[in-house]
Order: sequence, then C-alpha cells, then structure tokens
Amino acid sequence: MITEIGHFALILAFVVAVAQSGLGFVGAAKHHNGAMASSIMAAVVQFILLLGAFFVLMRAYIVSDFSVINVFANSHTAKPLLYKIAGVWGNHEGSMLLWVVILALFGAAVATFGKSLPAPLKSRVVAVHGTLGALFLIFILIASNPFLRQSPVPENGQDLNPLLQDPGLAFHPPLLYLGYVGLSTTFAFALAALIDGKVDAAWARWVRPWTLAAWICLTTGIALGSWWAYYELGWGGFWFWDPVENASLMPWLAATALLHSAIVAEKRDALKGWTVLLALLAFSFSLLGTFLVRSGVLTSVHAFATDPTRGIFILAILLVVIGGAFSFYAVRAPNLRGGGLFAPISREGALVLNNLLISVLAVTVLVGTLYPLFIDALSAAKISVGPPYFLSVTLPLAVPLIILMGLGPLMPWKRADLAGVAGRLKFAGLATIAVALGLGLYMRLPLLPILGFVFATWLASAVVTDLVQRSYRPGNSIGATLLKALSLPRATWGMALAHGGLAICLAGIAGAGLQTEVLTRLAPGQEFLLDGRRLVFEGVTSVAGPNYTAQRGQFRWIDSAGKTKGLLTPEKRQYPVAKTATTEAAIRSDVLGDTYVVLGEPDSAGAWSIRAYRNPLAPWIWGGALIMAAGGLLSLSDRRWRIGAPRKVSIPATAKIG
Amino acid sequence: MMRPAIIGIFLLMALPAVAMQPEERLNDSVLETRARTISREIRCLVCQNQSIDDSDADLARDLRRIIRERLTAGDTDAAVKDFLVARYGDFVLLRPPFRASTLFLWLIPFAILVCGGLSFWVMSRRTINPLASLTPEEQRRLEILTKDGS
Amino acid sequence: MRWLYFIPVMIFLAVAGIAGYFLLSGENPQALPSTLIDQNVPATDLALLGDPSRLTATSFATGKITLVNFFASWCLPCRAEHPQLMSLSKQQDVSLTGIAWKDKTEDAQSFLQELGNPFSRVALDTSGRTGIDWGVYGVPETFIIDGMGKIRYRHVGPIMPQDMERIQAVLRKLQP
Repeated sequence: MITEIGHFALILAFVVAVAQSGLGFVGAAKHHNGAMASSIMAAVVQFILLLGAFFVLMRAYIVSDFSVINVFANSHTAKPLLYKIAGVWGNHEGSMLLWVVILALFGAAVATFGKSLPAPLKSRVVAVHGTLGALFLIFILIASNPFLRQSPVPENGQDLNPLLQDPGLAFHPPLLYLGYVGLSTTFAFALAALIDGKVDAAWARWVRPWTLAAWICLTTGIALGSWWAYYELGWGGFWFWDPVENASLMPWLAATALLHSAIVAEKRDALKGWTVLLALLAFSFSLLGTFLVRSGVLTSVHAFATDPTRGIFILAILLVVIGGAFSFYAVRAPNLRGGGLFAPISREGALVLNNLLISVLAVTVLVGTLYPLFIDALSAAKISVGPPYFLSVTLPLAVPLIILMGLGPLMPWKRADLAGVAGRLKFAGLATIAVALGLGLYMRLPLLPILGFVFATWLASAVVTDLVQRSYRPGNSIGATLLKALSLPRATWGMALAHGGLAICLAGIAGAGLQTEVLTRLAPGQEFLLDGRRLVFEGVTSVAGPNYTAQRGQFRWIDSAGKTKGLLTPEKRQYPVAKTATTEAAIRSDVLGDTYVVLGEPDSAGAWSIRAYRNPLAPWIWGGALIMAAGGLLSLSDRRWRIGAPRKVSIPATAKIG
Repeated sequence: MMRPAIIGIFLLMALPAVAMQPEERLNDSVLETRARTISREIRCLVCQNQSIDDSDADLARDLRRIIRERLTAGDTDAAVKDFLVARYGDFVLLRPPFRASTLFLWLIPFAILVCGGLSFWVMSRRTINPLASLTPEEQRRLEILTKDGS
Repeated sequence: MRWLYFIPVMIFLAVAGIAGYFLLSGENPQALPSTLIDQNVPATDLALLGDPSRLTATSFATGKITLVNFFASWCLPCRAEHPQLMSLSKQQDVSLTGIAWKDKTEDAQSFLQELGNPFSRVALDTSGRTGIDWGVYGVPETFIIDGMGKIRYRHVGPIMPQDMERIQAVLRKLQP
C-alpha cells in the first residue's frame, strides 16, 4: 500500500514538473507574475513529492519488503542497517530516483533561496529544472521504476554486491550526485540567460554560488570515490582513468573553469559566450556520465548491469537536452556582445589562459574516454586507451597550469607587469628551486615525483606569498600582520585554501610515485621489513561478520626495541548469499604516509603470501582534496555571494540628469 | 536481456585466483622489473579496466607468466608486447599504439591547445584595439561626439 | 565567425550518433574481434582424449570445415550452449572438435558424459597455453575453420539459439 503511494508520488511529481516547466517559461515570457509564482511553488512541491517517494523506497529497504522487486534484487535481511539504506541507491533504479530527488532539491533551493534573483530569471531557471525533471521522470516511470512489485513474495533477497557494503562507498553516490546534478542549476542559469538574451555582471555573480555548491560536493564525492578505491580494491591505486571516473572528472574540470571564467565575466563583462558555454558543458558532461554508466557502451568497473533499451532512452534524453541546449547556444550566443578590455598580461589574461588549459584537459579526457568507441564504429578495430595514455597527455598540460596558478592571484587586474609579479614571487621561486635540488641531488628521487613535489612547493609558496602580501604592511609586527590576514575576506581565504589544498593533493600524488612494495610468503611468526619498519606476521584466524565469514591476518608493527607500535589486520571475506569474496586491506595512516598490508593465499604448508606497501604521503591526496572543498565552503559563506548584485531599479524620469 | 547476463557470468568465471604472488617473480631482478613494467601496460581482458599486474584473474596470471617466459627467453620489451598483440589485438595494450588510426587521439590535445592559443591571441589583439573594430560610420560619429564635448 | 558557435552541437551529434549506432546494432561492445581471422591455425600440439595421436595444426587442413569449441567443465555458459553444439554435431557439412581449456582430464570427461559428446575429437589444453595462442580469453569460444586450415570466424561466449542463424550462414559461405 505504502509502495503504491510512492509510485503515485512519482507520477504526480511528473505532472508537477511539466506544470513547473510550462508555467515558468510562459510566465517569464509574458511577465505574468501569477504564473511565475506558481512555477516557483511547483518546484518546492515537486521536491517534497520526490523526497516522499524516496523515503517510501528507503522504508521498503529498511523493513526488507521483498515484494518490491528492487529491494529483492539488491538487499537481504542479514545486511547491516546502514547498508540496507545505502542499498537504496546502490542499484540503477534507486540511483535514478536519487538523481531526480537531487534535481528537484536544487530546483526547490533556487525557488527558496534565490531571493535576489529577478522573477523572470528565477522562473526560467526553475522551468529548466522542471523540464529536466519531467524527462527523467518519464524515463523512470517507463524504464526504471523502482516500485515494481512481485508476487509471490520471496523469503529473502539476493543481497547487495559486497564491494558496495562499505561506509565510504555508501556515501559516495549521494555526494557525487549532489555535485553532478547540482550542475543542472548552472545549466539552467545558462539557458535562462540565453533565452533572456542577456548575460551581465549580475548573472555572473548569481551563477557562482550555485556552481560553487555543486563543485564542493563533486570534489568531495570524487575524493571519496578515489579513497574508497584505494583501500578497497587492494593494490594501493587511487585513480584508474576508468571511463566513469573520467565522466566525473570532466564536469569537475568544466565547473572549475566556469568558476574562474565567471570572475572575468563579472569584472570585465568579457568572455560571456564562453562562460555560458562552460555552464552548459558542465552539466552535459554529467549527463554523459549518467549515460556511460547505464548504457553499457564502455567497459568500466562502475557499470551497472547494462541494458541497451535504457541506453537508448537516456540517449534520447541527451539528444533533447544537450542537443537542444547547444543548438540554442549556437543561435543565441553570437548576440552576446562582449565589453571589457584587458591586456593579455593581466589577471584576466591569466584566467583566460587557465580556462584554455583546463578546457584542453577536459577535451583530452573526453577524447581518450570515447576514442575506443569512435574507432570501433569507424573500423571495427578494438583499441584500449588506458592510464598510460592519460598520464602522458595530462601531465604536460598540468605543468603550465600549476605555474599559472601561482602567478595569477598576484597579478593585478587589467594590466600586469610580469617582471613585477615575478619579483614578488622571489621567495616561491627560491623555495621551488631548493626543493628541486634537494630532492634531485641529495635524496636522488626519481624524476616524476620530483616534478610533483617541485610544483606543489611552487603552488604552496605562491599561495602563502599572496596571503602575506595582502596582510603585511611595512612596519607592522608579525602579530598585526596575522590579525590582518585573519580579517581578509572569506573569499580570499577560500581561494588560498582551494589552491593550497591542490598543492597538498599534488604532493600526495607525487608521494604515491615513491611507493615501496614487498611481496613475500611468510609462515606465522616470521617478520619482514617494509621501508624500515619491522612487521611480524602473527598468523590467520577465522572470524564471522554479520553476513560474511573471513580469514583475518594479524601483523604487529614493532620498533627496534621490540615494542608494539601498532596492529594491522587485513581480511579475506566470503559473502555466502552473494557468492563473492572480497579482500580488505589493512591500512595504518600517519601524517607521512600509509602502511598498507594485503593478505594473499596460503600454500600447502600454511605459509601465506603477503603484499605490503608503504605509500608515502597518501593521506595528503584526500586531505588536500578536503581542504579544497573546505576552501569552496568558505568562499560560499562569504556574504558577498549571498547578497548578490542588486536588482536594477528603473529611475523615474524626473531624476534623470538633464 | 539474457545475453549480457550470460556474458557477465562468463567473465566472472575467470575470476577465482588472486593478484601477483611472490612465487611468480623471476630471480633476475632486472628482468623482473621489466616484467612488472610491461604488465602494467597490458590490459586484463576479463576484468573491468585493470592491468594484469593488478588483477586477480586467472587469465591475468597466465599472461604474467607468459611475459616472464618470453623475457627469460631473451625477447625485447617490444617483442613481448607484439607477442600479445598478435594474439589479442591492440586492445590488450593500455597505451594505445601510435598508428594512423590513433593519430587523432595523440595529436588532439596539442591541436586544441594550439587552436585555443591562437583564438586567445586573436581575441586579445581585438580587445587592445577597440578603435580598429569600429565601422567608418561609427568612427565619424565618435569624432562628432568628442568634438562636441570640447 | 558565427559557424564557430555550432561546433559544440556538431561534436555532440557526432558522439551521440556513434553511441546510438552501438546501442542499436545490438553488438556486444565487450566482445573482442579475433586477430587470427583469415590466418592459418596457430601451431598446436595437444593430447587427445581416448586417442594416442595428437591434435596439430595440420590436422585441420582436411578439406572439411571444422568447428573448434573451447570449453571447460567449470564453465556455466558452456552448459547453456551444449544443446546447440549437439544439434551442430548432427550436420554433415561440419565436424566438431572440442578443446577442454584449463580443465582436468577427468572433469572434462565427466562433463561430456553428463551432457553428451558432440565432438568427433576432444583435445586437452590443461595449461591453457594453446588457448592463449589462439587468442582465447575465456570460455566458451568457438572458431570456424575452413577446409584449408584457415580460421574464418570466431564467436565469443555461448552459442545461443539466436546465434545459430549466423553460424549457419558462415558455414554455408565456407562450403567448398
């Protein structure tokens, strides 16, 4: 009965979405306040309906209602409660429902928090949300309904893939979707601006907080996914250039470029067409990602069970949404006249160059991901485009980008004197060279990690230099300087944290290149050395979990005196219902890196094969990403964004200067 | 609908084994390093996007063993890769070969960078010289307006 | 310059077209094409079940079409395709050779005893090396070899009833 209510809520939400869309577009075109207000309200209603439907599905999972086919296929009574809940979005239908819920969430958020937006813009944004919602709701109702029932009701479910029964992965999809789908608002703003025919400083200022919110979630979601892969998949890797990972990187790159180009659009009234294109592109990349995961055209670790009919349906939606948006762009964008002037060597110029580099990166990732498909269609040949390709092409692009990231914030607007800027970065330059020499000549590290550390140092010192220069006045004490620094605008600190976080992340990635591996076979009682650490293998015991049995190995980390410094317990788990096995690595993190141990197979004599890694600076990768997200949050909380540009008010004729 | 499921099972059947075992390593550390480097560039054909160095699959272990046999027999790195490509096609290489069909792939980043850079340069020339983009009519009007002000 | 603004939509339509082509063609994007098509059978030397002679590459150049099926007792889809193989074994225009891939002799034997033996001869590739030489990356895989010992077709995965039409078409095309 309750399930039927959920189903009905979906249908109702579809109707509301259509109304939201129609009323919003027509109301804005005809300046009909009633229609516009109704569409705003519809956005909130749609969200409430969809949230209700989502909770209905969640309830079905929690009580293990196996009459619902979706629950039967993806859950089991023995699963811990957290994973029963996570099972809601761990499958195709449930995750599509989460998708539209978040779409409606952002629509309702614009309706509720977009107070400073002029009514036509606001209702057009909400109308675009409605259109998108309607399209995806038809898809869900026809081809991906999570509320389908079955009878007779089976005793128990088929269980969730054990790989997904993990705290990190439980929260990875919702966060990622908040990012992916959040970019729909940016998309809506861009379409609304194209319909209006006007992109001005105010628009650029309005679009930024929404993009920033989505960007923060996307950054965190990608970091979480990468961290999960690192500890779950058993060999210490954290990014595989898998098509679906690339599909999350592309919108992130587009959103990053957009955040930067919107600054130029706001300050100089320039790059308008480009900024609008980026806003359309970011969400288009998100949609492309949705398509790739669910259609089966590409091999990927992430792919849901694939179904060509779903793929065709989603492709049709893409044709309408992306094809429509880009066509509209092609017709309307040439009318967006640019205004401001700036010299090529200036902060604006640096931002343009930044955009160029990031865009080339995004396109490269796109081409690399889709190339196998392209070649297969043209010549039926199958080629692989794997990590070696992506690393070869992205690293050379990342180098000038990072150099630019250091220079840009110190460049003045409109016209900059490069020599002056370079002079102000003396300290950063020296630090960089010192690190290069130290790591290269003294520690004799391999080339790629050195480059990583060198550029991380450059970026970090440039960030510090920027902060110091904004806070220091000659003659002030250190205390006064610190006080001034703390009173800098939040947006400045946000930028510092975002760029600094990237530097830390980069250092972490460079550290990963210094991984040491030990591959050995040990009997209980034997010990081995990992990067100077003594680890004693103490044997394997059998343990039982809620829905699995496991072999748990125990490793004692002792110092030279024999005192215990820690315990690592890797496991090999068997899940009887799902009939699969997983390997759980044991990871011990400290500030300087991770110690990572994986249990292999026993031989006939009871000795176990063991793989152990020391991953220097690995926690910095995700720590850096979190700092970037924190920077974004700080920026978002800056009142300048929340107040927004004031609405234009018409001046009565008598007040005009004669 | 059945076919993808069956093929899925077919792929899973190849999965029972484990990743690289210590006994697989060659005694000659130079050859072993070469083997690891090559393995990282060979795709595991029954996995979803992994190299044979990382993979748990049976086929991955077989291919790891074959690579080591061929290296021990004296093959160069390129010859070992050719051996695998002769049997499985270019798909088995994670680094796409540099060939006529992949020219576009390898050159596109460079090409876009150049095009983008050119457009940036062209655009910046125009913004520096706003007067040059005025039509003669507009230039006349500008003259009239500025003359008026003096 | 206005045409430049059409570039994004053009690129998108190209990508969508390719994706659509794949989805509509019903091809399995994960199946690899064989590199050995139109080439001679690779060097092979395998023991045969219940026969002292061995399976070699030359034993395929008999003038008759041979269908080589790589199977294993531990392979679930191999059971699904067995009825199709049994029906092919009754045809006069093709002879069937089975190769038990990475399987123990006794297990392969019991598998065939249980389900029926469609093969006129069964070879044993216990290590799987011969399979690798043939480009096999999983079981089941089926190769069709013409009378001159050249590989002309490979089918990846089980031969389901809907695949039989294609197989028969290939066999008809290869008739001497």
